[in-house]
Amino acid sequence: MMLRQAPAPQDPGSQPVPEGAPALEVDSLTVEFPTRRGLLTAIDDVSIRIAPGEILGVVGESGAGKSITGLAVLGLLEAPGRIAKGEIRVGGRRVDTLSEDELTRVRGREMGAIFQDPLTALNPLFSIGAQLIETIRLHKPMSREAAQQKAVTLLREVGIPAPEDRLKQYPHQFSGGMRQRVVIALALAAEPQLIIADEPTTALDVSIQAQITTLLRRLCDEHRTGIMLVTHDMGVIAETADRVAVMYSGRVVETGRVEDVLHDPQHPYTRGLMAAIPSLHARSGTLAQIDGAMPRLNARPSGCAFHPRCPQAGPRCLRERPQLVPAARSEAACFIQDGGTE
Amino acid sequence: MMQINDPILTVDRVSKRFDVSAPWLNRVLEGKPRLLVNAVNEVSFTIARGSCFSIVGESGCGKSTVARLVTGLYATSGGDIRFGRGAEGRPVRVQMIFQDPHSSLNPRWRIGDIIAEPIREMKLRRDEAETTSRVEELLQTVGLAADDARKFPHEFSGGQRQRISIARALACEPELLVCDEPTSALDVSVQAQILNLMRRLQQELGLTYLFISHDLSVVRHMSDMIAVMYLGRIVEMAPVESLFNQPLHPYSQLLLNTIPDIHAPKRARCVDNGEPPSPLNPPSGCAFHPRCALATDACREAVPPLRDLSDGHKAACLLAG
Ligand SMILES: Nc1ncnc2c1ncn2[C@@H]1O[C@H](COP(=O)(O)OP(=O)(O)OP(=O)(O)O)[C@@H](O)[C@H]1O
Ligand SMILES: Nc1ncnc2c1ncn2[C@@H]1O[C@H](COP(=O)(O)OP(=O)(O)O)[C@@H](O)[C@H]1O
Ligand code: SF4
Ligand code: SF4
Ligand SMILES: [Mg+2]
Ligand SMILES: [Mg+2]
Repeated sequence: MMLRQAPAPQDPGSQPVPEGAPALEVDSLTVEFPTRRGLLTAIDDVSIRIAPGEILGVVGESGAGKSITGLAVLGLLEAPGRIAKGEIRVGGRRVDTLSEDELTRVRGREMGAIFQDPLTALNPLFSIGAQLIETIRLHKPMSREAAQQKAVTLLREVGIPAPEDRLKQYPHQFSGGMRQRVVIALALAAEPQLIIADEPTTALDVSIQAQITTLLRRLCDEHRTGIMLVTHDMGVIAETADRVAVMYSGRVVETGRVEDVLHDPQHPYTRGLMAAIPSLHARSGTLAQIDGAMPRLNARPSGCAFHPRCPQAGPRCLRERPQLVPAARSEAACFIQDGGTE
Repeated sequence: MMQINDPILTVDRVSKRFDVSAPWLNRVLEGKPRLLVNAVNEVSFTIARGSCFSIVGESGCGKSTVARLVTGLYATSGGDIRFGRGAEGRPVRVQMIFQDPHSSLNPRWRIGDIIAEPIREMKLRRDEAETTSRVEELLQTVGLAADDARKFPHEFSGGQRQRISIARALACEPELLVCDEPTSALDVSVQAQILNLMRRLQQELGLTYLFISHDLSVVRHMSDMIAVMYLGRIVEMAPVESLFNQPLHPYSQLLLNTIPDIHAPKRARCVDNGEPPSPLNPPSGCAFHPRCALATDACREAVPPLRDLSDGHKAACLLAG
């Protein structure tokens, strides 16, 4: 985070926000990277919805498009990446059409971000207190003293002991878990409607991981914040999220309530993924494995991108692209659920 | 101590200290003290031939340091490391597989040369023709194609690169493979491929594994024996089933309680708020005492010894058992 001059407080002046709108609505989002070797479609027609107070887990293997989805929502796609299609609304307000300036204001006030490495989110040259106070005042005009009070409250809320003393300290004086708490406090500073948390616990040890996910869950319940929790760890999803979207090669292939998707997966990829995870309860001989690897963007197979690895693929899977349709209690993008694979 | 008849490796009260002080001149000028980290402290264990012995623990507890001591990448600061007999009466051959298959393969070498290097170096085959056919055989053993030998590392995915690392490790015909987080950089579906491969190789080649991981479900899947480390010491050591069914040390209990569980999510669990202490400044006595709900004054005084509590199940806790 850079310390900036706080801009004169003013409203982005956009349309009135509908009551009870979802924290996040992503409709048919497509993200492209024009490169010298052709146009790469990183996100292909993805739709996502998060209600206030709900945690949506976004899970998938590396390169599936989880982070790009989060960055697109935050308006932080790096050039040449661009939103080619689709609409994004946060709390009912369209954000993908905002100018850079408007976006900077909305980001932080309406959306908070938590990334894997808390160090990149903190400025090593400024104390934790200075960074918190600046962020608080950036989004809500108030006196330094009031902002300092609020900073102390936030640090206490994210579980940092003796917050008054901690304000004066610098990021390097905090452990990894503590730093991630500070980043969460920063993300919460403006009481946003939506938090994008991208692998927030991946760099942390399991015992600290549990502290952070429990904290996110509690904050989400208490503040009614919607959280998009991006992770490759099904365990974290199982323990933290309400609903889950499973991504594969730039698309959502299955989505539904966590219990339903994890215990009764409908898409062959989700099924394979669940079976590949070693159990904590019993020892199996051989793990179920999905052969092969996720395709690169420039070599995405025709039809269903999963077909070269899918044990149930039929001729239709090579020709046509499956769309999400209701399947058991969730939704899956697979022809087995939608007219057959012949 | 449980007797192991044919140990392939005996680690006997091994310690490793690192000097992490500021440079000498700064110390003199700024009056800073010497700083030593006891990364590994009096660690002892024995690995039975053909088994998988795992070390688990959180970041910085000393797992990789143990691995590096065993493979000879570090010299010990104290204690003994003894190997059993290898094939044909020669000393046991040890090889290591690292977490990051990207940085452990030389990007400018062809796969064939990467795998052939130890064969050539140790003169394990008589000529180039035999070496080439051995390389092809190794590639097939790990599930790659013989003509992958001509490609470069960047042409492979993470999982395939880990297969190449395994092929290279196998090239010297080792008895003991030290695997430091071999699947931590891989996605679960690819992790399953590599774990299955490692299991199959263990059976086919009679390999012994010293397996290091922070992932308890992976460790449960692979191991026969497990050692739990905390701040440089083994705090619990047991056969896999007893450790998972009846962890005796409060730290192992904490680990098993906090690990995310897909099949039985503990949504309403109580989490501790503690963190592992700094190895530069370890707590007195039992290093776990600041986080331990059961700690008493006695725990702050002396380091609890690793005691045998039942049938090869050991724990270093004053109150356990
Ligand atoms: N070469 C070194 N010089 C100085 N200190 C070191 C060195 N290697 C390791 N240490 C220290 O020794 C301790 C144990 O480190 P080690 O790498 O063995 O941990 P680990 O259990 O493998 O952790 P991780 O799970 O993060 O890989 C740490 O405090 C580390 O900072
Ligand atoms: N700057 C970029 N240029 C081209 N492709 C990119 C760029 N950034 C990401 N990608 C590609 O977009 C896809 C999705 O990436 P990402 O969202 O980071 O995946 P993950 O699911 O691991 O978070 C990947 O195939 C990645 O290689
Ligand atoms: S659509 Fe076809 S290839 Fe894709 S997951 Fe379903 S069965 Fe498999
Ligand atoms: S020795 Fe004492 S402090 Fe250490 S784990 Fe046992 S009860 Fe807890
Ligand atoms: Mg990512
Ligand atoms: Mg390590």
